[in-house]
Amino acid sequence: MGAIGLAMYKYLLQRLVQGILVMLVVTFVAFAIFHFLGDPVNNMVGESATDADRQMVRLQLGLDEPVIVQYFKFVGNILQGDFGISYRTRTSVIEQMAVRLPATLELSLVSGFFSILFGIPMGIYCALQPKSWLSRNFLVGSLVGISIPTFLSGLLLIYLFSVTLGWLPSQGRGGLVSLGWWDTSLVTLKGWSYIIMPALTLCIYQLTLITRMVRAEMQEVIRTDYIKFARARGLSNYIVQYRHALQNSLVPVVTIIGLQLGTVVAFSIITETVFNWPGLGQMFIQSIEFVDIPVMSAYLIFVGAFFVILNLIVDLVYALVDPRLRAA
Amino acid sequence: MSLIEIKNLSVSYPSRRGVFKALQQVSLTLQAGEIHGLVGESGAGKSTIGSAIMGLLEHPGEISGGEIHFCGESIGELSDSALQQLRGSAIGMIFQDPLTSLNPLMSVGQQLIETICYHLKLSKSAAKERALALLKEVDIPQPEVRINQYPHQFSGGMRQRVVIALALCSEPKLLIADEPTTALDVSVQAQILELIKRLVKKHQLGVILVTHDMGVIAQTTDKVTVLFRGKVVESGPTQQLLAAPEHRYTQSLLSAVPRSDKKMPRFTQVSWLDGAKPLDKTDFARDWQGENNLHQSNAVPMLEVKNISLSFKAKSSIFSKTAAPTKAVDDVSFTVNYGEVFGIVGESGSGKSTIARLITRLYNPDSGSIHYRGESVVGKLQKQHLQNFRRRCQMIFQDPYSSINPRMRVRDIIAEPILLYGLNDRNGAYQRVAKLLDYLGLEQAAAVKYPHEFSGGQRQRISIARALATEPSLLICDEPTSALDVSIQAQILNILKDLQSELGLTMIFISHDLPVIRQMCDKVAVMKAGKIVELTESETLFTAAQHSYSQSLLKLMPDMHR
Repeated sequence: MGAIGLAMYKYLLQRLVQGILVMLVVTFVAFAIFHFLGDPVNNMVGESATDADRQMVRLQLGLDEPVIVQYFKFVGNILQGDFGISYRTRTSVIEQMAVRLPATLELSLVSGFFSILFGIPMGIYCALQPKSWLSRNFLVGSLVGISIPTFLSGLLLIYLFSVTLGWLPSQGRGGLVSLGWWDTSLVTLKGWSYIIMPALTLCIYQLTLITRMVRAEMQEVIRTDYIKFARARGLSNYIVQYRHALQNSLVPVVTIIGLQLGTVVAFSIITETVFNWPGLGQMFIQSIEFVDIPVMSAYLIFVGAFFVILNLIVDLVYALVDPRLRAA
Repeated sequence: MSLIEIKNLSVSYPSRRGVFKALQQVSLTLQAGEIHGLVGESGAGKSTIGSAIMGLLEHPGEISGGEIHFCGESIGELSDSALQQLRGSAIGMIFQDPLTSLNPLMSVGQQLIETICYHLKLSKSAAKERALALLKEVDIPQPEVRINQYPHQFSGGMRQRVVIALALCSEPKLLIADEPTTALDVSVQAQILELIKRLVKKHQLGVILVTHDMGVIAQTTDKVTVLFRGKVVESGPTQQLLAAPEHRYTQSLLSAVPRSDKKMPRFTQVSWLDGAKPLDKTDFARDWQGENNLHQSNAVPMLEVKNISLSFKAKSSIFSKTAAPTKAVDDVSFTVNYGEVFGIVGESGSGKSTIARLITRLYNPDSGSIHYRGESVVGKLQKQHLQNFRRRCQMIFQDPYSSINPRMRVRDIIAEPILLYGLNDRNGAYQRVAKLLDYLGLEQAAAVKYPHEFSGGQRQRISIARALATEPSLLICDEPTSALDVSIQAQILNILKDLQSELGLTMIFISHDLPVIRQMCDKVAVMKAGKIVELTESETLFTAAQHSYSQSLLKLMPDMHR
């Protein structure tokens, strides 16, 4: 893909610094939640605690220090992987998240994979054959897909495949194989039977978005002069459409896919609840019910970091694909 | 045997509202080694002929009659795949805009090698050899370096050379060039036309050159065919046809081309067209509330620009040292007297438009001063003062398609500045709009229509009406006719001339087109790379240019009157 010049590194370094700034803001918000949302001491000590007890806990937690010092300690702890202790389970937050992270990541990746696998070809087909009945059906179907809320489509899938047909388990995550600290459900057939329905539910929205996006971009690109000129040079339809047109249409689609993957991870909450999927979203819901502030703020930081990293990757892909950005 | 022979070709676009006939009974023949010009105004069907030969008519266009024979073979009988083989291998085509003709994501070499491999079935390395040879043939310096570069790293003229190289990949016999130099500067245009002529000689190419520019026709083509609304009006050897046009349309078309050899009081209108009725305009001039600058002799010039400079800095970041700023306008000074038309001429990137934007205060100069009637109009001004200046100084833009808000009715577009400056209430403004429309030769019904219902020339009239609405005394015209056909250009330029003589407007007229400058301007400044290289009476420039750059511009200008 050509040499990556000094300008590229500069560009990426810039993005990295921007990402760090964003993370500082996010951690500050997380810290503010921790600090100002209710009194953590009240949550930790029992109802029968005396004032002296409270004061002791306060000192233990370092709550008597100035706010700015507390913030830097908070950031320092995070950098060492210490997100504090969950109020609810009395275990370390980072361990709790580490157990649930594989479930959410696998669910998101599988659903992202499905939406790209089907979305891009469907989008191309709709752009190249705008009048065929199949592309009209795709478009109408996608409209339906985008209008049905996730909890409803999830319940419909459960009704059809679990209740009526009895083919797939309706909830939970099974068939796990342990790879060190990562429990995966992707290597056994049983594992797939658990993941397929929540992944499909989660992917419907992304799928429609990608299909429509690819279609619109492709239609735009096909009308450009360089595509006309490529045809006038007598290149075959295949080369014109799949090399010249597709490459150019995918550039903006990459951004959307990247950001969507972020949203899938961050907001798979509903799907995880419907399918009782033991992921981060479910944990987040439980922690809200309990006002488990350390878990909530850790989740916030995690989502922020995930978006920042995804954006960095998107920028990198952009620069690799588009020579105009590389030169700068 | 002729290279290509078109017999009674008709092309039609069926639509719900009936069949639009883009071409009717068009015939022409072309021999190898010959350049055949197709000339006509927009909508005449020039480009349709090229697309029909290539089999690239846009949906739902179709050949509804006639035949095209290429090297004795009928193109109409070929299958789609055979036609695709013919494209690129035997017929090449180049388009108007070199900036958009190349795939931005592939290097020039990749695009060349792809096309060569596809048509000639060569190996990668042999194809690269050929690609390098082609780049050399179209005079691209350092082809070994350039071949790995991407289109955005090439200038407009260089890109058009790459486009030509791409079209020549498999040694076609026929080249269809659709307005190949319209988007380019005169100096680059001259080089590209020279290149095409040389290739024709060397390879015995046949070229169909589609253009609206009579100067290009006169200097490049051997034969020419004049088209009007899809029909051939006249066809013949170029010299003969230009010297003694027989058809009235050709005659009026030729007379509408601005002359560079002498100044005419008015432009000859293409009277053969309908809708150019003479207007009674004395009434409007009597009604004009703005001041008439024509016969004022003032010690202070209307506009005095002194040593203004403006640089655009490359976007800076905290990591890179700021790149050297580009000096868009570099120490420019001139004065514009009352009632004068002051021309600014130069190639793209010379800073012409930047000056217009500096005067209208869309940009602030880095240094220097601008005085309007002896009062400074740069820097921080009182709101009242600035409003007053802006009202008196109006602008007309190049592109009539993008300079008018498509979601507003014409009367609201024209009334907007009147209401903005509080010159009248809504009813009064509408009455004013009616008068302006009348003055500019637009029907009253135009007031309630939207811009998309008008042609380019009509839109430019709307744009002029909007500029006149505040009764300005200084009108800045930035390439007001370069997007228009010659006959429309003649109409618009006549209107502008009338504005000057009837309403006594002072004008700054910016153009890259030297003949237009000669016809319009009293004084002219020639710009190059942000500097004024020559400032003189416009007649003097055309008879005795002093600076070598002005001389070369004059020499390169394609001209049918020479």
